[in-house]
Amino acid sequence: MASIESMAANFRRLDQFARADTAMHRLDARAKVMATLAFIVVVASFDRYTVAALLPFFIFPIVLAALGKLPTAYVARNVAVAIPFALAIGLFNPLFDQQVLFKLGSIPISAGWISCLSIVVRAVLTLSAALILIGVTGFPAVCEALERLGMPKVLAMQMQFLYRYLFVLIEDTRRSARALELRSCGRSPRLPTVASLIGFLLLRTWQRADRIHMAMLARAYRGDFHSRKVGNFGSGEVAFVAGWLVLFGLLRVYDASQLLGALVGRALP
Amino acid sequence: MHMADALLSPAVGGTMWAVSAGIIVYCSKKVTDELDERKVPLMGVLGAFLFAAQMINFSIPGTGSSGHLGGGLLLAILLGPHAAFLTIASVLVVQALFFADGGLLALGCNLFNLGYFPAFIAYPLIYRKIAGARPGQLRLSVAAIVAATVGLQLGAFGVVVETASSGISSLPFATFVLFMQPIHLAIGIVEGVVTAAIVSFVHRARPELIGAAARPTVTPGQQSLRKLLLAFLAGAVLTGGLFSWFASKDPDGLEWAIAQVSGEAELKGPEQGMHATLAALQERMAILPDYAFRKTDAGGQGNGGSDGNGDANPESRLGSSVSGIVGGLLALLLAFLIGFLLKRRVHRMPRAGGLS
Repeated sequence: MASIESMAANFRRLDQFARADTAMHRLDARAKVMATLAFIVVVASFDRYTVAALLPFFIFPIVLAALGKLPTAYVARNVAVAIPFALAIGLFNPLFDQQVLFKLGSIPISAGWISCLSIVVRAVLTLSAALILIGVTGFPAVCEALERLGMPKVLAMQMQFLYRYLFVLIEDTRRSARALELRSCGRSPRLPTVASLIGFLLLRTWQRADRIHMAMLARAYRGDFHSRKVGNFGSGEVAFVAGWLVLFGLLRVYDASQLLGALVGRALP
Repeated sequence: MHMADALLSPAVGGTMWAVSAGIIVYCSKKVTDELDERKVPLMGVLGAFLFAAQMINFSIPGTGSSGHLGGGLLLAILLGPHAAFLTIASVLVVQALFFADGGLLALGCNLFNLGYFPAFIAYPLIYRKIAGARPGQLRLSVAAIVAATVGLQLGAFGVVVETASSGISSLPFATFVLFMQPIHLAIGIVEGVVTAAIVSFVHRARPELIGAAARPTVTPGQQSLRKLLLAFLAGAVLTGGLFSWFASKDPDGLEWAIAQVSGEAELKGPEQGMHATLAALQERMAILPDYAFRKTDAGGQGNGGSDGNGDANPESRLGSSVSGIVGGLLALLLAFLIGFLLKRRVHRMPRAGGLS
């Protein structure tokens, strides 16, 4: 099962990126969470035939990734994996929306193709923004930021727990899955086999939860997690959020692509 | 199936965020009030377990395809609805952030489709009703299959309604329903079979686990739970309907649904009020008057058939589209260039922290 292994490796890699120490990483997580949410809402707010006006928005993920030293190839690969899902729905648009919008040379371009392209562009923008947020912030810090922005504490704790044990359990599952694979001689395992495999995994997990609880009690757990980093929302954070909000607002109101295109059109004879 | 950001309008996404946030707050309060400390690590570890278990594929008999566990119903059976909902929420957040499943705006929708339906409809109203207190093997299987199927059908229907009322995809509501529901019927049956197999496995190995964590939450509050659930559902439908009706620029899907429900062919209303304001605002936002897409778009959606208006002057439209495409590509190039320069600068800067 190469997929579990590559998935786990991928996951670990993203976690490592989040441990780097750049100006982007040092920024308070709340600022990054807010800017990212604003970005996604603004991108989603364009109408369905928008493509060109969305392209300038790539500035946000690109700048964040560059300042946070995330490898472009890594982000691109991870986003590319999710594109087929967007395409699966987007490709229905050309079928149902066949009104011809304009002709490129002699090829008529229907509205459906434009909106399909728009869906793909949206998917790339929103997914890369979320991935980069984690890459430059780290999951525990995002949880903490969400909690400080008003998410219930139980859920924040739940997410922290989940994240902490994810690596352990993925490793456990990976081993079981590999053992199963080795014993099934290249055939896809049958459902009852997998059900009992998952059942065993569940029992082990349950016992692990009991042990964890004991260990936590032994270490004076009182329902709080403590983290090393204590962020504060200073002027840098305010400038970061405000700057992006202004840029998103401008790009939402003025179509930068159109302006740029017109400018180039005028400059060239 | 996960709902995706790319198919969602902010109005629908925001509404579902609000609804799901309400359920989260309610569940958090319930779980905190219970004061069962042991449950906290259990929830966390089970969330991680679900995540890992979803990675194991198995072949589906007779089809040649393979599938994996969804797990919403399984968690509800093991933990009870409130804790299960929070656990599913945490799994979905991680999936959205790390694996690009869905997205952040779609998180509210996904929570509702994949969390609320299995935990608050399929489990308490179907699984528990059929399975009863001490189910035998057959009863348990039937209960799990029916519950999982209903849960997934509702979830799939949720995806369809959310997509249609967002108006980003052109899929007609009816076609999408006919496409999604049968697929999810099959997925639901498989999910039910797997869930039943796992539950009966655990039941044989450690019978005390099944329902041990779930029991205290469900038995006392059965009545109030149902009331609350109906209230939530009504609230969701109401706000969802109202919001997307007002804010969606292309209400064909919802209109269709409303027409089916109310028997009225036409919905008058978007001409005034919120929609008109939004349309005016958008008109003003279109600074460049010859930006053709936007204009035809507004014309096309106003009266349904826009053929005459749409082909009026393809020349100017072509001109503006080309300049849009050129400008868009330039902007993209510029963004990459900025990124490249920033990256070089970051690499050249002396590092203060020493950690790289």
